[in-house]
Amino acid sequence: MSKEPIYLEKIQRSLVGRYRAERVFRGCGMLAVSLGLAAVLLVFVDIFIKGTGAFSATYIALDVTYEKDLLGIENFADQRQVNSGDWEAVYKQALRRDFPDIRKRGERRKLYALVSSAAGYDIKDRLLANPGLLGSKETLWVLADDDIDSYYKSWLDGNAYTARLTDGQIRVLDTLINTERMQLRFNANFLTRGDSREPEQAGIWGAVIGSFLTLMLTLVLSFPVGIAAAVYLEEFAPKNKVTDFIEVNINNLAAVPSIIFGLLGLAIFINLFQIPRSIPVVGGLVLAVMTLPTIIITSRAAIKSVPPSIREAALGMGASRNQTVLHHVLPLALPGMLTGAIIGMARALGETAPLLMIGMVAFIVDIPAGFTDPATVLPVQIFLWADSPERAFIEKTSAAIMVLLGFLVTMNTSAVWLRKRLERRW
Amino acid sequence: MNTSATFGVGTPSESDFRDTRGGDMSEIGLTKGHVTVGSVEIQAAKMTARGVNIFYGDKQAIHDVTVDIGKNQVIAMIGPSGCGKSTFLRSLNRMNDTIDGCKIEGDIRIDGEDLYSPKLDVVELRARVGMVFQKPNPFPKSIYDNVAYGPKIHGLAETRVDLDEMVEKSLRRAGLWDEVKDRLFQAGTGLSGGQQQRLCIARAIAVSPEVILMDEPCSALDPIATARIEELIEELSHNFTIAIVTHNMQQAARVSQRTAYFHLGRLIEVNPTEQVFTNPEHSLTESYITGRFG
Repeated sequence: MSKEPIYLEKIQRSLVGRYRAERVFRGCGMLAVSLGLAAVLLVFVDIFIKGTGAFSATYIALDVTYEKDLLGIENFADQRQVNSGDWEAVYKQALRRDFPDIRKRGERRKLYALVSSAAGYDIKDRLLANPGLLGSKETLWVLADDDIDSYYKSWLDGNAYTARLTDGQIRVLDTLINTERMQLRFNANFLTRGDSREPEQAGIWGAVIGSFLTLMLTLVLSFPVGIAAAVYLEEFAPKNKVTDFIEVNINNLAAVPSIIFGLLGLAIFINLFQIPRSIPVVGGLVLAVMTLPTIIITSRAAIKSVPPSIREAALGMGASRNQTVLHHVLPLALPGMLTGAIIGMARALGETAPLLMIGMVAFIVDIPAGFTDPATVLPVQIFLWADSPERAFIEKTSAAIMVLLGFLVTMNTSAVWLRKRLERRW
Repeated sequence: MNTSATFGVGTPSESDFRDTRGGDMSEIGLTKGHVTVGSVEIQAAKMTARGVNIFYGDKQAIHDVTVDIGKNQVIAMIGPSGCGKSTFLRSLNRMNDTIDGCKIEGDIRIDGEDLYSPKLDVVELRARVGMVFQKPNPFPKSIYDNVAYGPKIHGLAETRVDLDEMVEKSLRRAGLWDEVKDRLFQAGTGLSGGQQQRLCIARAIAVSPEVILMDEPCSALDPIATARIEELIEELSHNFTIAIVTHNMQQAARVSQRTAYFHLGRLIEVNPTEQVFTNPEHSLTESYITGRFG
């Protein structure tokens, strides 16, 4: 009995140290988490600041006249006339009228260069949609060239970027700005068009569709195969050297650098099976092979986490192996499997390296209409734009990253939501 | 029996298992060629086990067990933890098949049919020999679906009405009907532990098995729930053959007609329950029931 107070003192003394250790440990953890969060936040804020500009584009107001002689068109029903029509003449004439002082050939060309080469096609589309406009006048907002866009946006920020413009062009632009004939408008092109060499015309939609088609194929190929493999290995396969060997190899495959899968796709799918390159079919095949180990591993973990008592209960009732798996194990493992599949898909969505190997890095303007149309994908589009010299592609790159991040966050959120939704809490 | 101290009290460790194959078994009154004492064979046997050895890998869990399980009787299997009684029970409907590295020698029969003959279908066997586990393990489905599962997979019900009847009958026999009839389509896992175990019993009897194996069915339950299950076992024994593994000696004494005492993988004694608890033949049995170890 006399010893007890001494123990108590010892305990009390040791408590101080224990609580201090706990505080230090917790502090380290919080520091680590805040460092990570700060890094992520920094990247996100940087991308957001750089990228928002891409969602608006500079437009110039011109007083255009749709003269028949100028266009060389009498009748829109005549396809030959439409094809040979000089649509660009409309905005060129308007520019000449607004700036009559500029007469030299070289200066004229610089003046015309203020407007994007897409403007002619926009005028064509507008007239074909409204044939009644022929012969009339109107104030038309035309898309400005990317250099003008860069100049105007930087001018708005108070630090005009003039490196790509001549003094004559800057004088014209200042006139346009002072007469309020220059404006930032919502850039629908960015969300609806395919890639372009001209930054002001480049859009992300082609890459979005390319990514969608590729991932559809990846999911359709890798999900059923992955689940079948996981169920077989976990529930049916005998535990012996062969299955051990397979397990080791699946784990190895999950850790293989993705570019190796690209080389595999190049050697097998393109060279051996002669599948055309650059198309979602071959991209989907390569990404499916790449995602398969991830899906198998997560699915096996999901199957393992089903309590053995459920299996015993079913087997004890006289259910066959197959019935036990189909009626009890799979439904309970499904949320985990789906989560694994979505995380695998998110990884595939962000994958660039293997697709470089199979030609999905090509410059493709058209929006793919099917699995066999040449296509590119979002991360490769980011890579291509980041690699382009034009200053205006900087904001496009960041905006494309924003779109990609948006998809990734959506997919990962849906993974969490799906698991919450399907999880049986009984 | 002062030498029983060598073993200590409680769960035998791995080294105890190894000792069983060593030479010092005689110290505790267990000889290498131990022959089970008491009345191993009985007249109306439903199942018979002859010379059964069970191995997990190269470790032998059951040594040369011979015993009869009487028709429409309850046989209780008692013994210290790790003595192999659950292993033996699970061999009676081949649940050990699912364990990797588990090997069985000897001869087990139900109505004279060899359980381990290649001709016997294990699915059919498990429909004839049902099982209730230590921890209540209802499926994560509704109460109705839990009970209806057996009849469904075995195709016992022709119509939905048949199935409804089977479910009701099973739940009534398990004494659960009045408690759950208003919430048949709620989760079986939402019931209390005792109700869950009765649901598992209802699920097992829904396919009208000939034998029900119970592996410590009350060890996770409170005394009131335990009493209800014991009553149920008593009722069921009129129609079913029951083999129950239990740690609770009073339970064995209350529910069973015969008791088998296992010790370190050997069947020491089988006798009518009353005799085992009042006048055990073997000194080990006596030590156990008087609480010297176990």
